[in-house]
Amino acid sequence: MLTLQCPYCGVEAEETELHAEGEAHLKRFGPGSSDDDFEGYLFMRENPKGVHFERWRHSNGCGKFFHAARCTMTLEVFGTYSAQTLEPPQEIKDKISAKYPGWTWREFA
Amino acid sequence: MSTRLASGGRLLNKGKQLKFSFNGKQFTGYEGDSLASALLANDQMMIGRSFKYHRPRGVVASGSEEPNGLVNLGEGGKFEPNQRVTTTELFDGLTCTSQNHWPSLEFDIGAINNHMTRFFPAGFYYKTFMFPRFAWKHVFEPIVRQSAGLGKAPQDRDADTYEHFYAFVDVVVIGGGIAGLQAAKAAGASGAKVLLMEQTPHWGGRAPVDGGEVDGKPVAEYIDGLVAELQAMDNVTMRNRMMGAGVYDHGYVLGYERVNDHTPMNTGPRHRLWRIRTKQIITATGAIERPLSFAGNDIPGVVLASAVRDYAVDYGVSVGDRTVVVTNNDDAYRTAIALKKAGLEVPVILDARASGGGSLADEAKALGIRVENGKGIAKVKGGKRVTGVVVCAQAGQGAMLEEIKCDAVAMSGGWSPVVHLWSHCGGKLIWDDAQAHFRPDAARPPKGANGEGFVIPAGSANGPLELAGVVADANAAGVAAAKAVGQDSSVAAPAVAEAAEAAMEPVWLMPQGAGPELRIKAWLDYQNDVKVSDVRLAAQEGYESVEHTKRYTTLGMATDQGKLSNINGLATLAGQLNAPIPEVGTTTFRPPYTPISMGSIAGEARDAVFQPLRRTPIHAYHEDEKAFFEPVGHWRRPYCFPKAGESHADAVKREINQTRNSVGLLDASTLGKIIVKGPDAGKFLDMMYTNMMSTLKPGKCRYGLMCNENGFLIDDGVVARIDEDTFLCHTTTGGAERIHGWMEDWLQCEWWDWKVYTANVTEQYAQIAVVGPNARKVIEKLGGEMDVSKEGLAFMEWKDGKIGEFDARAYRISFSGELSYEIAVPASQGRAFWDALMEAGAEFGIMPYGTEGLHVMRAEKGFIMIGDETDGTVIPQDLNMQWAISKKKEDFLGKRAQLRPFMASDDRWKLAGFETVDGSVIPDGAYIVGTGVNANGQRNVQGRVTSTYYSPTLDRGIAMGLIDGGMKRLGDVVEFNKVDGSTVKAKVVDPVFYDKDGEKQNV
Repeated sequence: MLTLQCPYCGVEAEETELHAEGEAHLKRFGPGSSDDDFEGYLFMRENPKGVHFERWRHSNGCGKFFHAARCTMTLEVFGTYSAQTLEPPQEIKDKISAKYPGWTWREFA
Repeated sequence: MSTRLASGGRLLNKGKQLKFSFNGKQFTGYEGDSLASALLANDQMMIGRSFKYHRPRGVVASGSEEPNGLVNLGEGGKFEPNQRVTTTELFDGLTCTSQNHWPSLEFDIGAINNHMTRFFPAGFYYKTFMFPRFAWKHVFEPIVRQSAGLGKAPQDRDADTYEHFYAFVDVVVIGGGIAGLQAAKAAGASGAKVLLMEQTPHWGGRAPVDGGEVDGKPVAEYIDGLVAELQAMDNVTMRNRMMGAGVYDHGYVLGYERVNDHTPMNTGPRHRLWRIRTKQIITATGAIERPLSFAGNDIPGVVLASAVRDYAVDYGVSVGDRTVVVTNNDDAYRTAIALKKAGLEVPVILDARASGGGSLADEAKALGIRVENGKGIAKVKGGKRVTGVVVCAQAGQGAMLEEIKCDAVAMSGGWSPVVHLWSHCGGKLIWDDAQAHFRPDAARPPKGANGEGFVIPAGSANGPLELAGVVADANAAGVAAAKAVGQDSSVAAPAVAEAAEAAMEPVWLMPQGAGPELRIKAWLDYQNDVKVSDVRLAAQEGYESVEHTKRYTTLGMATDQGKLSNINGLATLAGQLNAPIPEVGTTTFRPPYTPISMGSIAGEARDAVFQPLRRTPIHAYHEDEKAFFEPVGHWRRPYCFPKAGESHADAVKREINQTRNSVGLLDASTLGKIIVKGPDAGKFLDMMYTNMMSTLKPGKCRYGLMCNENGFLIDDGVVARIDEDTFLCHTTTGGAERIHGWMEDWLQCEWWDWKVYTANVTEQYAQIAVVGPNARKVIEKLGGEMDVSKEGLAFMEWKDGKIGEFDARAYRISFSGELSYEIAVPASQGRAFWDALMEAGAEFGIMPYGTEGLHVMRAEKGFIMIGDETDGTVIPQDLNMQWAISKKKEDFLGKRAQLRPFMASDDRWKLAGFETVDGSVIPDGAYIVGTGVNANGQRNVQGRVTSTYYSPTLDRGIAMGLIDGGMKRLGDVVEFNKVDGSTVKAKVVDPVFYDKDGEKQNV
C-alpha cells in the first residue's frame, strides 16, 4: 500500500485514503480533432515499467486531485504536485534525472 | 515410542496438568506444552494422513514450518480446520481430531492410493483434465473428491470476535529470537520507536536450546537480560504470539497477534490484526532446517534434528527411545549430544560428509556415540512408525551395508534462512555456495517511497548460522535501522564463545545415486505428496521454469507453502536440468508467512458495522411501516410497503393504483443534489450535459443527460436554475458522489481557470414527491404562502416558499406522468413534513409508494432509467433522445465520441417499446432472438429487453428494450427467449404506454 503526500492539505496519505485516477497530463481532444488524436486521448496510455506520472485524488480527505511522479517498478515516489499544471515541476524532473539519466515520458524528459 | 522424560522441559509448568482430547481419546499434558509436544508425550506419533496417498504422517518439525501435523481444532462455533499442532498451545479442555482419513486414522481405505503411486504422478490433475475428457468427470473426479483434501470447512458461524489495530513506529523488528532481541536493543537504544514481535509465546528463539556463551554468560541467561533491558525501555513495545504476516509497499506491515488462542475461555478478541506503518523493518526471522531426501523420509518418527532437540529440551519429550541421526552438517550433532545426555540411545550418527564433522563430532564420539562418515540412509523401515534404517554409502546407489533398529530418525539437510518477509516486497536473493542456501542480497533490498531500502535482514535470516555471526549481524542491523530513521546507536555486539563447526556439504538425494525405486519414496513436499521422482518427471516433460514445476507438481502449494520443501525441490529440479541452482531460482514468496484467520482479516467489519448504511430523514417511518427494503448504493430504500398478508406484487399494484387515481408519496431524499455556482457555472454545465443549460431561466427546470468522453450515458436528472450564478443539479441516487467527483475532476484538472465551485448537498435536504391527481389539493390543505396552482407554479418550474410551516422548495417535475411536486425541505424538517402530508392526504387515501412503484410508473411513461436502459455502452441516440442533445453547442463531454462512425451509424440497437401478444411479462434480461446461429453455435440475437414489468394501469406486461432498427420496427412481432428454452411473442410499439400527450402531468 502506497503512501503519497497530498500537495494540497499536506497529509501523508495512505492508499486507502486515495483514489487512483489514471494517467496525468492527458491532452483533451474534442470536436474537430482527428480520429487518431481522439483515439490517442481516449485510449492510448503509457503504462510504463519505470518512471510514470499519475493522477490521484485525495478522495477520503480534502477531495483534491493531484499529480504524482513515481517509479512503477521500485515504487519510489519522486514527488506529488498540483494538478493545475501542464507539465511536471523542474525540481521533480531533476530528481528523476538524478536516478534515471535520460528518462523520457511522452514529451517530457 | 515417544514419551515424556523425567527431566527437561524448560518451557513447562509441571505443577499444572491439562486435559485434552484427540479423536475422542483423553490425554493429559502440562501448561507450556504445544499440542505437538503433548501428543508426543502420549505416544501419539501418527497425527494424520497425507493429501494424495493417505500415508500415515506424524510431526516432522517443531514450529510454524510443520507440514504434517494438521488437525481440526475445536467444535461448533470455535471449529477451525488445518491447525498446526506445533504452533497450537495446549489449554485445558482442548479438543481436536485428525484430518483426511476414512473411516479412521489407523485404518484408512484411501491408503490404497499409496499402492497406486504410479498412477498419480506429477501433473496428475492436468493430465486427467486434458484427456480423455470423459475420464475426469466419471472416473477421476469422484475418486479425488472422496479421498483428497485436508480439513473440513466449518459449518457454524464463527463464535469469536476479531479486531484491527493501527500502529505507527520507526522500526519494526520481526522475530524475537536472540537476533531480534539484539537488533531491537541496538535500535531502541537510539531512542527510535521500536515494535518487536515474536510469533511464539517465548523470547529467545532456539538459542537456549542450541547453547553457547554470550558476554561471558550462558546464552539463556544473556537472553533473559536482554528481555529485561528491552522491557525497561519506554520506546520499545514487545509483543509475543504475534507473527509478522506480511511486508508491503512503503513500510506497511501486517502483524497477526493470536491474543486468546491459548486462553479461549477469556473474553476479548481472539486475533488482532496489526496494521503497521514503519520507516524500517528488521527481519530477524531465523532459519528453517531442511529435511534430507531418502526413501521413507515421511514415515512417522522421521523428524528434523532440531525439532527432536526442541522436544527434548523445551518440552521434556523424547520422539523415540533409539534415534538414528543423519546429517550433512555439524548442527545435528547437538541433537545426538542432547539425547545422549537425556539418557536416550543414539545407535549411530550417519554423516553424509566423507570428512565428517568438527568439534561437535568429537564431543559426540567422546560420549560414546558411534559416528559413520560418508554414510547415509538407503531407506527407512516401518509403516505407521519407524522400525529401523538401512545404512548405505552416500556416494553409492543404496546397497545395504547394515540395518539398524531404531524408532526415530533425526535428519538435517542444512538450514535455509527465512527470507519470506525480505522477499514479500521485492527484496532479491543471492545463492550462498558454502551454506547451500539462498540468503538476502543486501545490495538489492525492497525500496521505499524515498528510493532507499526499508528492510534489513538480521541474524540467521541473513545467512550467518553460528551464534557469534548471528549476534554480530543482528547488532549491526539494529544500528543501521536506527541510522536510517535519523538516530544514532552506539550499542556494540557482545563477545560470543562457541564450538567451531566444520563446513556442511549439500546433499539433495540420499544416497546420491538412488534409483527410481528409492526416489519414488523420497518425499520433498510432505503436505502435497510430492516426491523426488515427481520433480524429475516434470523436468523431463519440459517444465523447466521453477514456477511451472511448482504448479505442475503442486510442490510448495500446500498450506505450509513449501517451507521445508522448496529448496530441496528446486535443487532436485536444477540437478535434473543440469543447471546451477541460482539459475533455476525460487518461486515467489507471498504474504502471509503462515495462514492467518479470515476473521482477523475481517476484524470488526461484520453484521451492522460491515458497511455503514445511509438513512433518509424519513427512514424511521419506513421501518415503522415494515417497508420491504432494497439496497440502492449505501442507502436502503423501500421497495414497497406491504400490508399484513399482502404480496409484494399486490402492494406495488395497490400503491400505483392509488397514486394514478388519487395521490401517493415517494421519499425521494436519496436523489443526488449538487449545487454548481459561479460566474462560469452555465458554461460549465453546457460542457457537463448534452443539453444547453446556460439558457435556462432562473425559476425553471430542465431534464439533462450526462455522458462520459466515450459518449456513453452516465447519468441523468433535472437541473434547476436558482439564480444567475447558481444551478442545482439532481443526479441519480447511486450517482451523487460519482457525479460530484466527475464535476470536480473537470474543474480541478481541465478548466481550473473557470470560476465555478460545486457542493454535494444531497443529505442537506429531505425531498418528497407528492404525486397524483389530488397532489395539489393535499399541498394546498397544508396552507402557507406558496401558490402551487397551475399558473402559480407551472410544469418544469420551481419555487421557494412556505408550505404550511415548512421551508420548502417545490419543483413541478414528474417521473410518473401524473401531476407531481417534488418538494425539498431542510433535512431536519423532513419527517415532520412527511407526517403533515400523510395527515393532509388522509381524506384522499394517501399512501407511500416504493421504488418498484416508481419504476413501473416511469416505464409506463417510457422514461429511461440509468442502469436499466443504459449499461455503459449506450449513447443518448440509442434511446431516441436526440431532442436532449444540443446541436448549437460546439463542445460537450461525449460529443466528439458520438461523432465516431460506429456511434453515428444507424446500425445500432435502439430503444422501442414491447407488448407481449399474450399479455404476459417478458423475463428480465431476455434477448430478442434472430435467425440462424453464430460461429459458436449460439442463436443469433437482434436485441434485448431493458425494462420489463407488469403494468397495473394497463393490466398487462409492458417492456422497453433495444432492438436492431429501433422504432423503424414498429408493428413487427418479435420473439424474446425464456429460461425454459421457449420464446414469448411481442409486438414492437411506442415505448410511451400511458398518457402519450402528457396531459396528466400538465394540469
